[in-house]
Amino acid sequence: MSIDPITLAVLSGRMEQIADEMDATLFRAAFNPIIAEAHDASHGIYDATTGDTLVQGKSGLPIFVGVMAFAVKAVIDKAAADGDLADGDIYIFNDAHIGGTHLSDMRLIRPYFRDGRLFCYLASVGHWHDVGGAVPGNYNPAATEAFQEAFILPPVKLVRAGVLQQDIVDILLRNTRLPQSAQGDLNGQLGALDLGVKRLDALLDDYGPKTVSGALQALGTRAEALMRAEIQALPNGRWEAKDFLDNDGITDQALPIHVALEVTNDRLRLDFTGTAPVTAGPVNIALPTAVATAYVAIKHIFPDLPANAGVMRPIEVHIPDGSLLSAEFPAPVGGYTETILRMIDVIFAAMAKATPERVVANAYGTINALSIAGKRANGKPWVMFSFYGGGHGGSAESDGLNHGNAPISTATIPPAEILEAAYPIKFTQWALRPDSAGPGTNRGGLGATYEIEVLEQSAEAFLFGERGRHAPQGIADGGPAALNRFRYEQTDGWHEPPLASKMRGIKLTQGQKVRLETPGGGGYGPAEARPATTVAHDVMLGYITPDKADADYGPAWRKVVS
Amino acid sequence: MSRILGVDVGGTFTDVFLLDEATGTAQVAKVPTTRPDQSAGFLAGINSQIENLSTLSVVVHGTTAGTNALLERKGAKTGVITTQGFRDVLEMRRRDRPRTWGLRGDFLPVVPRNLRLEVPERTLADGTREQPVDLDAVRAAARGLLAEGCTSVAVLFVNAYANSANEAAAVQAVREIWSNPHVSASAEILPEIREFERFSTTALNAYLQPEVAGYLDRLETALTSGGFSGSFMIVQSNGGIMDVATACARPVRTALSGPAAGVIAAAYIATEAGFPNVITGDVGGTSFDVSLVANGQSVLSPQTSIDFGMVIRQPMIEIATIGAGGGSIAWVDKGGLLNIGPESAGSDPGPVAYGRGNTQPTVTDANIVLGRIDPENPIGALDRLDVEAARAAIDTHIGVPLTLDTLQAAEAILRVANSRMAGAIRLVSIERGFDPKDFAFMPFGGGGALHAGAMLADVGLARAIVPRYPGVTSALGCVIADMRQDFIQTLNVLLDTLDTAALGQVMQDHATQGHAILDAADTTFEGRETAFELDMAYLGQTHTVAVPIKVQFAQDRVEPPSIAQIVQAFDTAYTAAYGRLLPNGTRRVLNLRSAVIGRRPKFDLTTLAPPNATLARAQRGQRPVHFGDRWHETQIFARLDLPVGTEITGPAILEQPDTTILIDPGLTGRVDRFGNVIIERSKGAT
Repeated sequence: MSIDPITLAVLSGRMEQIADEMDATLFRAAFNPIIAEAHDASHGIYDATTGDTLVQGKSGLPIFVGVMAFAVKAVIDKAAADGDLADGDIYIFNDAHIGGTHLSDMRLIRPYFRDGRLFCYLASVGHWHDVGGAVPGNYNPAATEAFQEAFILPPVKLVRAGVLQQDIVDILLRNTRLPQSAQGDLNGQLGALDLGVKRLDALLDDYGPKTVSGALQALGTRAEALMRAEIQALPNGRWEAKDFLDNDGITDQALPIHVALEVTNDRLRLDFTGTAPVTAGPVNIALPTAVATAYVAIKHIFPDLPANAGVMRPIEVHIPDGSLLSAEFPAPVGGYTETILRMIDVIFAAMAKATPERVVANAYGTINALSIAGKRANGKPWVMFSFYGGGHGGSAESDGLNHGNAPISTATIPPAEILEAAYPIKFTQWALRPDSAGPGTNRGGLGATYEIEVLEQSAEAFLFGERGRHAPQGIADGGPAALNRFRYEQTDGWHEPPLASKMRGIKLTQGQKVRLETPGGGGYGPAEARPATTVAHDVMLGYITPDKADADYGPAWRKVVS
Repeated sequence: MSRILGVDVGGTFTDVFLLDEATGTAQVAKVPTTRPDQSAGFLAGINSQIENLSTLSVVVHGTTAGTNALLERKGAKTGVITTQGFRDVLEMRRRDRPRTWGLRGDFLPVVPRNLRLEVPERTLADGTREQPVDLDAVRAAARGLLAEGCTSVAVLFVNAYANSANEAAAVQAVREIWSNPHVSASAEILPEIREFERFSTTALNAYLQPEVAGYLDRLETALTSGGFSGSFMIVQSNGGIMDVATACARPVRTALSGPAAGVIAAAYIATEAGFPNVITGDVGGTSFDVSLVANGQSVLSPQTSIDFGMVIRQPMIEIATIGAGGGSIAWVDKGGLLNIGPESAGSDPGPVAYGRGNTQPTVTDANIVLGRIDPENPIGALDRLDVEAARAAIDTHIGVPLTLDTLQAAEAILRVANSRMAGAIRLVSIERGFDPKDFAFMPFGGGGALHAGAMLADVGLARAIVPRYPGVTSALGCVIADMRQDFIQTLNVLLDTLDTAALGQVMQDHATQGHAILDAADTTFEGRETAFELDMAYLGQTHTVAVPIKVQFAQDRVEPPSIAQIVQAFDTAYTAAYGRLLPNGTRRVLNLRSAVIGRRPKFDLTTLAPPNATLARAQRGQRPVHFGDRWHETQIFARLDLPVGTEITGPAILEQPDTTILIDPGLTGRVDRFGNVIIERSKGAT
């Protein structure tokens, strides 16, 4: 049925609010900081037959907007095969090869019935603190099979027609190092789904299922029309871009990620032919993740587009078989964040060749999952696990943001004081990193330097990062940012990992430090066009050293009288 | 000698509310706000009501001086002295970004990097002073900042919440050589864990101090020279008032001073009227500000962002803002959907009908085209409004693309705007676990009362209360606000190992300091209250719940609570928040929060009720107003002339100098004994 545009505007707001409230419910109730503080979770409403994303909360992790449709589709297929879908069921799974992202993301999917008929699906996904596997926190840079990353749960019914299956819960809790945290997160996700059902009930009471489903269809059509209008405004043509992952964590060999971006009237094609084949180490991603990543990149380029699957209808994403972007079970996918960040970088780089002003230069491009673990004097184990920030790219409007979060995430970093209070460590530096920004008319934002000293007898460090060999790139003739750099102290001085930004089992003793220096963002526009007064100001603030300013911008800034 | 004056300085008008406690009479006035120095308007407002300032006992001021200085980045040149290795905390924030999508935009901290200096010193998380502070380095840094022309300085040491000895020593050294009193210390402003939030709050305090202290000093001098000898108080963001000396030392507490006073007044008026659950809605030029009052109490949030990266962590009355005000622009996007805001024409150039150059239709233009605002007698300085221009803009930008006629397009703009306002009301109530149907709606500010009926319909609220003087609500709030001091101290211990005697001592310190400030205040209190809360969670959880702790006083001495009492209080609060407890969970205590409140005498709101009013005198004829799909001949009344007990069946419009009240068809307005207009569904109407 057709919906008048005013009712559509009202319903669109009401439905977004339902997803937002589900987000808020989980963030408040979750036990683990990755959900509660870093908001590594998402909620939405999905199509009853295709699983397409209809509405998604605004505060959840961007990558989930596209990827959750695959998770819902996996449940739709499973229910169709079993033929036993019932009102009050809730499915749960973490299998990344069918649901995307990585095994830490636990997906709960609930069919929503109205008047005895399936109306849509509600879903909740959240990053659990620990799901078994070889490494606490599940960032295992040396994994060669998914089995070494975490325990794997295919879609199963956690709740049957309203009855919680305690045996499933028991299996889950026995397979994590942090059962209390897992139980807390599970309760939070169940609570979010309950709330979604309640709110959807009220909405359907107010408007009736016909109007609401009409509105959901219309929102998809509208999103598609918006996307087509944006693409139509681009020039027709084909542009290519290539960048590299440092290595797969096992063999030190660069891995190309290649894209050809083709605009034909109101259609867009992203072809990743030329990308490296599947790797032994965990920088692979599954096909759903790759498609969802294309969506994230597109939405960053066109930020006003709604979070709705209709946006993807005019876009074809071609992922070649056998590439590391379409890894099949049980290839390891734990480091998926690094690979999708590089996919976004190349899509930005290719789009910049078509329309530079629409695009921002590359951000720092690695999440730097660093964990430091050990035992306290009283024998109690501790694990400090966090992601670290870097600079954003310059744009046509301004310099890049200093010390931002990754484009795939909205996560904030815990305060140093919270980490120091919780773990036997001390930050000796928590600072911006001079000379880390890519030069440009509008330069990149600065990365950061974090230096951490161990205060207990001994500890062990693990790092999963990237951009140690290939720097974030500028666009529109802007320059590259500094490389990621990690060093660790031993009795004979400072060392760097043989694989640059990936290493496990680094033994540290009391007083020894690790030092992580993250990349800035790439520059926008030619460095020659940056005014000398602005360069001089950057030197005065210490964002850039005089020598680096000479090298990047020439000596003109020295003539500026401050 | 018992006259109390409330003065609220807003963006456009300075409002004055004068209460004579002896005679029980109140006077109100509105004068234009002066810029950049608001003190001229402040004094003009007072002088419009009073000749002899010596007859005043208390002057209470709600101010936007601090807010404006923050938003416009017009604070002082400020320096920072901080722990070696941490000079960039203010600039690094919590590694966030301005918007989720788009990755654009940068951030300039209020203190640039060259004015943030490091000194050798280190305190660990457990309070150990690992490295004593190098005071020579501190002095050198302070002299360097003075030489750079800084007029204010913040001393920000890591882990100073756990042990402030290093920071305090540094602050003392700085104060000895600093040329003015504008030295802010992080552990004095906010002894709470989380360095970015503490540093940001303290740096913003320093940034505001010269500006706000100078402004308040000019006011106080002018008051004194006018013969005023009573006490001069400032409204804080938490809705309580503080003396002017505290305000000069803690200007960051004034960030939401003006809006907070409005919410305090709304809570009081609604409670007196018999509706202690109320949601306030202030429709301004660019935004709609919503706040929730449950059972007469406004909700406090622990922190707020004034702008991206400008975090203030102080208890503040929670006010949710959406970009849908009278000046918000209506537009149709490429997908054919009607949107309202966030672009706004504000009050200048303002709506199309103001004729000052804006051609994009606004919410106010829709209200004008539909006859809801009288184009011949608009609020404010304009003589008349250009209805034809508003119609043309609505046609061009909304009617044509959506194939609607002018009136349908104007109704559509209001429907979408009302829906967004309704969404904000739902969210503030639902987020706090309340059902919005249990609440009344109180519009204040100039435009809110035009949308009251729509809020009843969209959200299902039972009624709306329009206070007698919606335009001076904040000034009235100044007159009745309590005096309040908030304190915080991070403890960060497991409950099992909590030293209750030490906790009692911190409670005692907070209570002693708070009551000393009340004692020093030259004002009377009906009563005093000391309230304690612990921020608690299970070990491993990062979000805390506020756990109210009942404490006994024996001869003004705090009797510390027992562990068992705290366990019980936590379990109650946790169950209320999350539904179920965690078996075998370890309980953790993060912070102690204390509030010391001096209850100020309230006044009888019936003194505001209209004297000698008659319905006949209030009648102002009628004019056509558009509702739904047709014009209705609509009665017009002068609101202030309506007698108590009047019932008016919609459609009707009640006009007064600072607002227009719309009573939709199907609703009835009734004047209660305080002069408020209560709008409810007409009997028999659905």
